[in-house]
Amino acid sequence: MSVILSPHREDASQRGWQYRLHIDAPLLFALVAVSALGLIVLYSAGGGDIELVERQLVRLGIAYTCMLVVAQFPPRLLQRLTPWLFVTGILFLLAVLVSGETSGGAQRWLNLYVVRFQPSEMMKLAVPMMVAWYLADTRLPPNRWQLLASATLIAVPMFMIARQPDLGTALLIASSGIFVVFLAGLQWRLLAFFSALVAAAAPLIWHFMRDYQRQRVMTLLNPESDPLGSGYHIIQSKIAIGSGGLFGKGWMNGTQSQLNFLPERSTDFIFAVLGEEFGFFGILLLFAFYTFIVIRGIMISIQAQDTYTRLLAGSVAMTFCVYFIVNTGMVTGVLPVVGLPLPMISYGGTSIVTLMAGFGILMSIQTHRKLLPA
Amino acid sequence: MLGRVHLKDHLFETRLITNRAILLLVAGGLLLSILLVRLLYLQVVSHEHYTTLSEDNRVNLQPLPPNRGLIFDRNGILLAENLPSYRLEITPEQVDDMGATLGALENIIEISDTDRSRFEKLLARKPRFEAVPLRFHLNDEEVARFSVNRHRFPGVDITAGLARHYPQGPHAVHALGYVGRIDEKALKILDSSNYRGTSHVGKNGIEKTYEELLHGKVGLQQVETTAQGRIIRVLNRTPPVSGSNLYLTIDSHLQKVAEAAFADYSGSAIAIDPNNGDILALVSLPTYDPNPFVNGIDYDAYAALRNNDKEPLFNRALRGQYPPGSTVKPFMGLAGLETGVTSEHSKTYCPGFYMLPGKDRKYRDWKRSGHGTVDLNSAITQSCDVYFYDLAQSMGIDRIHDYLQHFGFGKAAGIDIQGELPGLLPSKEWKRSRRNQPWFPGETIITGIGQGFFLVTPIQLAVATAALANGGRMLQPRIVHAEQEAESDELLPHHSQVVETITIGEQQHWDMVINAMTDVVHGARGTARGIGKDSPYMIAGKTGTAQVFGLKQEEKYDAEAIAEKLRDHALFIAFAPIDDPKIAVAVIVENGGGGGSVAAPIARTILDAYLEKPTP
Repeated sequence: MSVILSPHREDASQRGWQYRLHIDAPLLFALVAVSALGLIVLYSAGGGDIELVERQLVRLGIAYTCMLVVAQFPPRLLQRLTPWLFVTGILFLLAVLVSGETSGGAQRWLNLYVVRFQPSEMMKLAVPMMVAWYLADTRLPPNRWQLLASATLIAVPMFMIARQPDLGTALLIASSGIFVVFLAGLQWRLLAFFSALVAAAAPLIWHFMRDYQRQRVMTLLNPESDPLGSGYHIIQSKIAIGSGGLFGKGWMNGTQSQLNFLPERSTDFIFAVLGEEFGFFGILLLFAFYTFIVIRGIMISIQAQDTYTRLLAGSVAMTFCVYFIVNTGMVTGVLPVVGLPLPMISYGGTSIVTLMAGFGILMSIQTHRKLLPA
Repeated sequence: MLGRVHLKDHLFETRLITNRAILLLVAGGLLLSILLVRLLYLQVVSHEHYTTLSEDNRVNLQPLPPNRGLIFDRNGILLAENLPSYRLEITPEQVDDMGATLGALENIIEISDTDRSRFEKLLARKPRFEAVPLRFHLNDEEVARFSVNRHRFPGVDITAGLARHYPQGPHAVHALGYVGRIDEKALKILDSSNYRGTSHVGKNGIEKTYEELLHGKVGLQQVETTAQGRIIRVLNRTPPVSGSNLYLTIDSHLQKVAEAAFADYSGSAIAIDPNNGDILALVSLPTYDPNPFVNGIDYDAYAALRNNDKEPLFNRALRGQYPPGSTVKPFMGLAGLETGVTSEHSKTYCPGFYMLPGKDRKYRDWKRSGHGTVDLNSAITQSCDVYFYDLAQSMGIDRIHDYLQHFGFGKAAGIDIQGELPGLLPSKEWKRSRRNQPWFPGETIITGIGQGFFLVTPIQLAVATAALANGGRMLQPRIVHAEQEAESDELLPHHSQVVETITIGEQQHWDMVINAMTDVVHGARGTARGIGKDSPYMIAGKTGTAQVFGLKQEEKYDAEAIAEKLRDHALFIAFAPIDDPKIAVAVIVENGGGGGSVAAPIARTILDAYLEKPTP
């Protein structure tokens, strides 16, 4: 691993089209592979609805375009724009809390008349960028005050999003910020201290949770207690995955998925469709691609040339890792149901655009490096 | 830039971030391994368990109800059949505007408020892709009217099912019975697995008694369904086995003739073949049409049947318990002869009444002036009561009981229809145990003429008469003579059974009694001579008149003055032809008055219809 991860020197002759187009080919390859696998699974999950796949293709097209556009921005420019992005995001979040549109019981949408979008999506990138921006100008590891400032930068948007309520996104954003702080060298004893603090605060968190959130936690602990209610999702997805076995029931042949026993099979629970129809080996294939993407992201972080880009790239890569582990953990019944889609594969959502923009940042960081003198 | 400058140690920071990044990667790897372990647990270790659960999810067993067996009479005339019944169904998911559809449908087909409210209830409960019934039992005209307009109603369909129908209507309903919807009471006793999918069950008569044979065996199909229950395909199918067809001993022509012979009287008649116990006709009047019961008779119609004074729902043939009156006299005579209490030539003087020694109560003869000196033959022929008062007194109640019980009095005849009552053959023992009272001598005397506690059912009387006709063979009456399994041409006969063969002490005694019964019809002074005059065959019979209410000592019975309900029942038993009996009948006409004038002509009509029918 040290070979692929360690920074090495290269000369101009090694740089070809990837650098001119600001594309990281290995990352692009893995992303396309995951998207292709996702479309295949989605076709089956939608019961053979080709229109569903077409709409997803359009969405993917937008997302990839967005990624390529972001990749053209030099990291310097991104760094300079960071505070503005963050402040704008905070203002949007405020606007949502005051006058946002409600959809499905949660107030997440902001109608800008031109586009309807979720400011929380924007914050998924703005928060780690902001923390990285702040810490990049300090001496690492950060001291107590700097940690406090970073914590504030993370906590403010997190609580605003949790208020919407959108616990999944709030946790994702918090972890993206925490990753930056951790990469910046958060002291171990402080980490232990904060972990203890969170553990101690658990009852408090429980107290502030909404009923449906508590229900989800209870369901995780014992889904059979309410097999037709909140436990139904988890029971059915476990049946789907378990009955898939090593090799799966075959594409379009998953009875759990095709006969509607599996709820939300093209969105949050699409992983169960993959598990049922392609089995353990199908999942391994997806995990291989995912792992490759995470490792590539960490590589980019290590090879990056300044603190800001290192912190940011590492956080983007690890947030992606958390993203798919949380979704698969919830579908397999080891984590509570928090409405997070399976990245790149679940149908719909603006989240895919944010996700790809994040990969655009990675590509930008990788392809805007200056040649080091030999 | 003066002041304190924190110099950044770039090499240190690079190494710090690199180390931390690798640490995060390792942590991510750990989480991933936990997930993989979880997946291995689900997909390998518990694979079988989840496969079972997933199969349970998708595969449903659906019952396929069998077709109910048909019922024919002895000549193959259909008595119970299954007719296609049309119902109107709406599949909600195919209907855009339910209100408009219902409104337009109403112009074509009548939809009552009950139909509508039931439909709305079902609509709310069933999945949207499942058809919901709106109307049942459309008639042909409605079906035709809808078919013409079908194109206007997407999602509305007519489906055909089978419904039980009794083409003979009210005829023989007390034998046949009817089916009705399975109610909660029936649900408890039925084999629920075999009745999955069956909506109706026999409620009465043969339909109830032979339920198991008629019903058949449920079929099953395994279907793959979606979570909402929509059927995707049939995986495998075990077809149902239709119920067996039944062939009755009833002759429906005879049945109709017998029913018609009663005119407006209530009562019962049983015709039985004395050679094998076949019930040829089973009449209980008034009768009713069983067809409305099949799908739930409406409340008013049911109340009208229930509250009817003449009790059409009451099965008189099996459950009507009447005093046998003078029809018991041949049996009493035989008892006297066989026990040696009386003989052919012993005579009794009949002054018109009978008195127990030392008592001053008079037991009146129906003939006030008396019959003079009578022997057994004239006592039966003219139905002299005093002779039998005396005979009964000489025999004593227990000897009467012991002999008459051989003829099946006091216990159910055992016809293959449920619900038969046993009648009552009194004895000292019975009175002591049931009523906790001693037996009084006067009660013996009136038992001798078939009054008092003595009660018989029409079927008992018919079977006893058949035993007189066939020389003492007590047959178990039967109403089903053969069954035919589904898809088979073979008839499996139900064999008749001899319950008991009555020991004949002297054949001469039987002949004497039968001679006397012949004289009842054909003799110059016979009480039923009216039906014997022009008979082409010889009939043995006995009239009977059963008191419904007791008269005071010196009161005179005046039929005109007494309310119809309290008038005497008219009875007649007979068999014919005498030398080779083919049919025995028992007729009871409620409040009919005289046995000879009312009941005997009905019996004659039945005998004629059976014996003079053109041989096919």
